[in-house]
Amino acid sequence: MSHLVIAPVLLPLMAAIVLLLLRHLDLRLRRLISVGALLAELVLALTLLVTVSDGEIRVYALGDWPAPYGIVLMADRLSAWLLVTTALLAFFALLHALRGIDATGRHFHVLYQLQLFGLAGAFLTGDLFNLFVFFEVLLLASYGLLLHGGGALRTRAGLHYVVLNLVGSTLFLFAVGALYGVLGTLNMADLARAVAATPADNVGVVRAAGLLLFGVFALKAALLPLHLWLPAAYAHTSAPVAALFAIMTKVGAYSILRIDTLIFGNAAGPLAGLLDPWLLPIGLATLAVGTLGAVAARGLGQQIAYLVVASAGTLVSAFGLANPEGVAAGLYYLPHTTFAAAAAFLLTAAIARRRGELADRLDPGPTLPEKRLVGGLFFVVAVALAGLPPLAGFLGKFLLLRATLGLQALPWVYAVVLGTGLLALIALARSGSLVFYRTQSVTRAAASAPVTVAAELAPVTGLLLLVIGLSLAAGPLYEYTQATATQLMQPDRYIQTVLGGGGR
Amino acid sequence: MLSLAWVVLIPYLGAALVAGVAHLGRLYSAWAAGLTTLASLALLLPEAPATFAGQTLVQRLPWLPQAGLDLAFRLDGLALLFALLILGIGLLIILYARYYLSERDSMGRFYAYLMLFMGAMLGIVLSENVIQLLVFWELTSLASFLLISYWQHRADARNGARMALAVTGAGGLCLLAGFVLLGEIVGSYELSAILAAGEAIRAHPWYAPTLILILLGVFTKSAQFPFHFWLPHAMAAPTPVSAYLHSATMVKAGVFLLARLFPALSGTWEWSHIVGGAGLATLLVGATIALFKHDLKGLLAYSTVSHLGLITTLFGIGTPLAAVAGVFHIINHATFKAGLFMAAGIIDHECGTRDMRRINGLWKYMPYTGTLAMVAAAAMAGVPLVNGFLSKEMFFAEAVSFATQMRFGWLLPLAVTVAGVFAVAYSVRFIHDVFFNGDPVDLPRTPHEPPRWMKVPVEVLVVLCLLVGIFPALTVQPILSVAAGAVLQAPLPAFDLAIWHSFSPALGMSVVALAGGLAVYAGRRPLFALAERSRGRLDAQRLYHALLNGLFALAGGLTRALDAGSLQRLVLLFVLSAIGLGVVGFLGADTPLRGERALLPVDGVSLLAALGLIAAAAAAVLLHRQRLTALIITGAVGLVVSLIFVKFSAPDLALTQLSVEVVTVILLLLALYFLPQTSPAESSRARRARDGLIALVAGGGTAALAWAVLTRPYESIAGFFLERSLPEGGGRNVVNVILVDFRGFDTLGEITVLALAGIGIYAMLERLALPGPTQDAQGRPWNWDAHPAIMASLTRLLLPLALLTAVFILLRGHNLPGGGFIAGLVTAVALIMQYLANGVAWTHARLPANFHPVIGAGLALALATGLASWAFDHPFLTSTFGHVHWPVVGSIELASAMAFDLGVYLVVVGATLLILVHLGLMHGASHSVPSEAERG
Repeated sequence: MSHLVIAPVLLPLMAAIVLLLLRHLDLRLRRLISVGALLAELVLALTLLVTVSDGEIRVYALGDWPAPYGIVLMADRLSAWLLVTTALLAFFALLHALRGIDATGRHFHVLYQLQLFGLAGAFLTGDLFNLFVFFEVLLLASYGLLLHGGGALRTRAGLHYVVLNLVGSTLFLFAVGALYGVLGTLNMADLARAVAATPADNVGVVRAAGLLLFGVFALKAALLPLHLWLPAAYAHTSAPVAALFAIMTKVGAYSILRIDTLIFGNAAGPLAGLLDPWLLPIGLATLAVGTLGAVAARGLGQQIAYLVVASAGTLVSAFGLANPEGVAAGLYYLPHTTFAAAAAFLLTAAIARRRGELADRLDPGPTLPEKRLVGGLFFVVAVALAGLPPLAGFLGKFLLLRATLGLQALPWVYAVVLGTGLLALIALARSGSLVFYRTQSVTRAAASAPVTVAAELAPVTGLLLLVIGLSLAAGPLYEYTQATATQLMQPDRYIQTVLGGGGR
Repeated sequence: MLSLAWVVLIPYLGAALVAGVAHLGRLYSAWAAGLTTLASLALLLPEAPATFAGQTLVQRLPWLPQAGLDLAFRLDGLALLFALLILGIGLLIILYARYYLSERDSMGRFYAYLMLFMGAMLGIVLSENVIQLLVFWELTSLASFLLISYWQHRADARNGARMALAVTGAGGLCLLAGFVLLGEIVGSYELSAILAAGEAIRAHPWYAPTLILILLGVFTKSAQFPFHFWLPHAMAAPTPVSAYLHSATMVKAGVFLLARLFPALSGTWEWSHIVGGAGLATLLVGATIALFKHDLKGLLAYSTVSHLGLITTLFGIGTPLAAVAGVFHIINHATFKAGLFMAAGIIDHECGTRDMRRINGLWKYMPYTGTLAMVAAAAMAGVPLVNGFLSKEMFFAEAVSFATQMRFGWLLPLAVTVAGVFAVAYSVRFIHDVFFNGDPVDLPRTPHEPPRWMKVPVEVLVVLCLLVGIFPALTVQPILSVAAGAVLQAPLPAFDLAIWHSFSPALGMSVVALAGGLAVYAGRRPLFALAERSRGRLDAQRLYHALLNGLFALAGGLTRALDAGSLQRLVLLFVLSAIGLGVVGFLGADTPLRGERALLPVDGVSLLAALGLIAAAAAAVLLHRQRLTALIITGAVGLVVSLIFVKFSAPDLALTQLSVEVVTVILLLLALYFLPQTSPAESSRARRARDGLIALVAGGGTAALAWAVLTRPYESIAGFFLERSLPEGGGRNVVNVILVDFRGFDTLGEITVLALAGIGIYAMLERLALPGPTQDAQGRPWNWDAHPAIMASLTRLLLPLALLTAVFILLRGHNLPGGGFIAGLVTAVALIMQYLANGVAWTHARLPANFHPVIGAGLALALATGLASWAFDHPFLTSTFGHVHWPVVGSIELASAMAFDLGVYLVVVGATLLILVHLGLMHGASHSVPSEAERG
């Protein structure tokens, strides 16, 4: 039998165990293992993507126990899309870390691989409690990574992050417990079946539990008003970690999309569309407040972190349109915004290094060494972040605007999406002008050797090439996300695939 | 063949080339830029004959076909005219800039930006798809940002660039919305379809919003009132940039779009009023302000604003003939204004200033340049025999014919005549102030004629002005006809390009404008004084800055109000959100809180336990400031919870809870050591009341949810586990079989979490040095007897027993209460006792202090057990079991899940000890006990 579905989950775990056991190995060899594992993960993710492109959902029953009794992994187009995004992102973020950040504390590579274990598991699991477990893996690994390298501000932001997320985990348990107590199952497909058959006397309880679950995912996705943990955490951690974390809010957005379409999807009877009235307003509000935060930011890292909040808002707004076009537009936008934010975090590190004590603060500073190259990259990153043409961010917004045609919410969506685009443009133009143009002294810090510069900026360039690739290959990629959206809108097929004929 | 795509793409490739050859020498970039432009032109020209024959060429590449967005290029008369202007004037600019830029300016950067801009401009005019057009539209904004801020050390350049970007960027976003709506109305984003669908568009209910959104894009780009203010600020750019952007390209993109969409959108009340009104206002505002600008380029900038207003007014009038005149004036303005900017650049270059109050009497120094400037200025004023006269005459004629159609129509000829008067006045000022009007005042350097080749581009343009002005039918007629035909998408109206028609009202207006202009210039001094006094009264730019400052204030205020960096705030918002979601969720359906299930009878012991639990929880809250006390009370809560597990027949859980309690208390004690013994009272009374209320609501909500769930009939998958545990899982202890088999994957995840906690805390503590207290609150030494003898002896005695118990619990776990998790905790507690009782040094000497391999081995074992099932072609973690007959001992059941459980055991032991021992080591370090064995 094929183990392709579980392989992307187990591989990082295995790599982490090997790295833990061989922790005294020469750092170069450990780096080799880490990168090798990540490349293999990328191959696995791409293979899975190609495999599920035929439209069939692959189910993997752990321990050979049939659903809904055992845990199943479930690979569909959506899971594979996010896995590939994660693997690509993680690869370039890791490349950046190899330049020394991985040596500033213990166990960087172990934590990094376990973070990937958590991400892959969260995207592939078909079981709600198992999702909780992977959320815990994600949380602990991300906490470790967040603190990697140490420092007072980082520790403080990390404390806020972990305490709030532990409260979130508790609420997750409440919600799962309530769902299990009323519906008697944990398998998502079986939950979908049970939700659709909820007797009238239980609807309120299931509604409450479902919305609590949404609250947990909204916290992970950094939606308003639960977004405040993100800017400090992301702005104060190390660059490769912040870059990798660009995918973390997407885990929340993914989970929202999953339960919105599968458990509370169009076949859910009295509970169909439970989340729909919430998603669009919250998404738009998050987009607006996130972008305003970027305008007000006092440091480049903080600015990008707020734009990460805004991008989560865009995603959830797109999902909140509750039509296949909106979901497809959001999914097309997702890798773009992830890669762009990651590139921005990595580039910020390169800028901060060149500015000495000023670091990434938005104040006029010295002339940067290699300012043409760094400035040029910043220009492209800014275009990507602001969603300007011709990059995929623009196409994503265009598709989002198209998906809104015919909906009541059209004026709101247009005003917020386009207005925030302008604000982001103004904010980034100001930052670029401050950092690169408004330089006070011409005392040049020693320019780095060309080889070093190339190696330093290679991950940023790589991510930007991905962004450009997303734009060039828009046709086939959008076709994929369209098919993904169509698949998501047919929850019956999931239920059929997972439970076989009639379930229990 | 995709020649059109290449025409657009080549400048982009050229930009890379230009930047690439820049290090070879200053001139390489200029040559590369010039050759790139020529290459683009060479690809375009072969397509021109077909265009002159009236054909429209469309080339297509798939891009995002599902959304109607293909890369589609279109070449018709209008596109050809603009492409020729862009490339032709571009070539002249490249030549001019080569002499204009100084040694300190980077040639490579300048030409690379210029190429980027040229490519974007070509993209706009050659687009068939309007979304694609918008892509290039935004690219011109970005490229112009780079060009305007070229002298980036100058504040005015940076601010001007940001202003241009913000204003045109905002317009671009409106345009995007307008195009999306337009595409929805028409059913296609392609111009061929849009231009043919004018009737349907104008009749659609979305027509007005669509039109307004598109016009916002047009007006911002073409600097129409009230968005005109960015253009003069963009003059901070090097003059070749101004000459290019503000004559033939950037600002013409807006009027290009008016021309392009003319058949689709024009001919309505909204169109003529909005377009005509904005155009007329711009025409007047620009012309008046231009006269009062002392800065040479400032005068030209406002004159550009005014001429753009003129073109917009013509399209607003909306008759076919007006459209023809609009296209004609686009051509004429491009030629004379580019020439004038270049002349201004030469003057600036030679004099070192652009202030017309200082630059006087240059005729003596540079008569040749003066002559060229005079011709171009005559065109700007609309003097006969130069091209500007012809299109201005047509404009006047259209204004007059429009006047007969409306009640207040006579206002239009009056207004345009006034604008004409000012146009003449500022043109005269440009010439008279600069070249005559006495002697130069205090110039930084002595002017003389510029290098030969710097004048060539101006000569070319001036010659064109004259040729078109004198022989219009021979020169401009063919391209004008084909371009105007493409604008109208209909047969051309009859028009006659001649210098002399007859005595007409238009001629009269021209005469009035010329005479009036001279008169205004003659009486300029009182006017200047008036302008000086009223300066800054009505200033759109101030509005822009107020808006921008307001935005930053709003953003800053909101962000800082929300983001206080307070953990309490974060948790508060989360709890409130949860309450809101839960309440809205539950009340959203008409559901009773209590279910139908019969309640169990309450017995005395349970009641007592419950009351104890409540009392302990309440006491923990009340005493939370005495941290040690609070910790002990919290322990009581845990104990009662284990008792509840016992009552509901879950001995595994009870055992786990108990051992977790023990470990947690030790952990917290270790951590509390570094913290003050009491918490200060930080919250006000009101704050505590608020928080207490919220806590009550949240707790009450949780209780209500639990009540609602527990009172409902319970039907779950649990029955399956009870049935299959023994026959298929090989274990009688269902809880354990669930943990290691049915849901072993969860357990794998959870032990990973534990391992993560261990190594995470280890990594965090590695560099931490915390000061710890050496004496207690009363000043007594902290530990005068760290390791009491009785305790030390006892724990040593207990160790083997405890370990034996742990092994026993581990082995029987599959069938009886126990298992790897509990066994691991018991082992960890037993070992920790040794540390507590005997000290770290003593214990380390006897016990390896390195727990990483234990964790690693445990995870590896658990993973390997799961993977082993692959060898038998079963999914991950498929278990098997069998009976082994050992001599003497008898039949023993062995399940593969037990290996998994052993992995769990190892991880629990390793992670727990890793955390506790390293926290303990910090104690040692904090009061300098002799150095411990090395860590990790």
